[in-house]
Amino acid sequence: MRAALHLAARYVLRHRIQSALLAGALGLVFALPLCLRVLIEHAQQELRARAAATPQIVGTRGSALDLMMTALYFKRENLLPLPFGVLTELQHHHSAGVATTTAAIPLHVRYQAQGAPIVGTELEYFPFRGLHLAAGRQLRRLGDCVVGATLAKQRGLQPGGHLFSTPEQAFDMAGVYPLKMRVTGVLAPNGTPDDEALFVDLKTAWLIEGRSHGHDDLKKDESVVLKKEEDGNIVGNAAVRMYNEVTDANLASFHFHGDVSTYPISAIILLPKDAKAEALLAGQYARSKEQQLIRPRDEMEALLTQLVRLEGFAASALLLTATAALLVTALVFALSFRLRQREFATLEDVGVSRLSLLSVKVLEILIIGLAAALIGLVLLFFSSYAAPYLLRWAL
Amino acid sequence: MSATTGLQVTDLRFAYSGGDFRVHVPQLGLDAGKTLALAGPSGAGKSTLLRLLTGLLTPTAGTVSLGAADLHAMSPEARRAFRLRQIGLVFQDFALLDYLTVGENILLPHQFRGDAGTPARNRMLDLTQRLHIDRYLPKRVSQLSQGERQRVAVARALVHEPQFVFADEPTASLDPARGRIVVDMLLEDARSRGACLVMVTHDPNLLPLFDQTLRMEDLAATA
Repeated sequence: MRAALHLAARYVLRHRIQSALLAGALGLVFALPLCLRVLIEHAQQELRARAAATPQIVGTRGSALDLMMTALYFKRENLLPLPFGVLTELQHHHSAGVATTTAAIPLHVRYQAQGAPIVGTELEYFPFRGLHLAAGRQLRRLGDCVVGATLAKQRGLQPGGHLFSTPEQAFDMAGVYPLKMRVTGVLAPNGTPDDEALFVDLKTAWLIEGRSHGHDDLKKDESVVLKKEEDGNIVGNAAVRMYNEVTDANLASFHFHGDVSTYPISAIILLPKDAKAEALLAGQYARSKEQQLIRPRDEMEALLTQLVRLEGFAASALLLTATAALLVTALVFALSFRLRQREFATLEDVGVSRLSLLSVKVLEILIIGLAAALIGLVLLFFSSYAAPYLLRWAL
Repeated sequence: MSATTGLQVTDLRFAYSGGDFRVHVPQLGLDAGKTLALAGPSGAGKSTLLRLLTGLLTPTAGTVSLGAADLHAMSPEARRAFRLRQIGLVFQDFALLDYLTVGENILLPHQFRGDAGTPARNRMLDLTQRLHIDRYLPKRVSQLSQGERQRVAVARALVHEPQFVFADEPTASLDPARGRIVVDMLLEDARSRGACLVMVTHDPNLLPLFDQTLRMEDLAATA
């Protein structure tokens, strides 16, 4: 057996490129279904965990999936805006004189800063998601932002740094100026999409949107006044300076126009007081024509059911591929042994037994198989290591 | 002649199916420590006879006894085991494995016998030094010339000290000087160990070196 193993190993080593290719192809084909399973299992766990941690979400009636992806993963889906007034109503929602919610957290997800989502919210969001500051301090005033751990690491951001919001359309001359935001804090990593987001106060989100602005005081500087109207309105000329950064000096010049209760938000995360309150809120929104209330865990289960069904199809296809690969490998070995008939005849002539010759062949197959298994294991290990990153990238 | 240690052939007959070619050896004996040259023109059946004597071909009739063993009465597996232990073969085409080194090729019979230890390695070193191929031991045989490969084949046939050595034109790829070294070595090895040597050769100058000569033309007359 030792001689057979030696001979088999020497042959494989001598033809190492062909052997490595064969083992690699085999390893890949057999590891793929397992890698797929690992990835899907990880995706299921992570998606379920995030959904389960978010009891209810209110948004404008439309796609429940889009609403969930916006609120949980900050995807900029084409959601119709929800008036801010709905949040105020929910915060004061009562049933039989008792408050139904312990918290209602608004989310404004529309803008980006260098590819990272800007999430406008309130301070309650941070304890709700278990987010802690690793450095710096929380949002204090308009124009402040705190950044997720991954984003901070990728962009080299730290407290005291700055970040510009990205304009929606680069050539929109009448559009809103990018806002230079001040980084006040960096969050500790928590392994969720929060790590890759940038958080601002809701008012800062509206400032980016153009609902608020700051500029030269026209009452003080006559040189920038174009026209003073009789009703007291003052029209500035082109020389009036619009601020694209909030500073302690110009903070007071920022102001909002219009009715704040009509300002847009994307979604509201609801934390009902108890199961009864949860059912009451669901019932109320079931009747609403403008808004919808979803339970992320239900929506996610529906999504995962589809995912598992798709995995079944993919696994079947991969199984067929693996079978084909196995047959091709068997053919490769059969052809190889046939081409080496003379070599085996020589060994027989020398006096090597048929059993030893069979051992040589079997051991060659085993060595290739072992190498394939090793490659498969490396791929499996890599896929389980890369699963969180792949999931984050896919979402 | 010693019937228990030498080579004994009795009424050996062989014919390829569907062909005219025939080999018939009525009687042949070779004592232990003696040498036999098989001579004759190409196509006369020298290599066929050699394959019959080593059990690589099965005769249609007759017996081949190597020592106490009736070669063709054995099962194929027993015959293979006998070859591995008792026979050293030098093939016309060398029959070396290209993916093994010179050393690994030489020790191949020992590897499969499970005794490729220090004594076998020492014998290999001695043989390769005498055949002037010791410096090629770590090289693969595919890197050697025809003559060098031929000498590796000779070393592999002798390394396990077989009782019977059969060589099919071992000097065919060698220049006369190197050919003589190889033949002398085969003869000396057989005589010193008391082994039987049967060698196929075309070279009439080598025939006087052997104890016996069998001309295939003489056999044809009796076939």
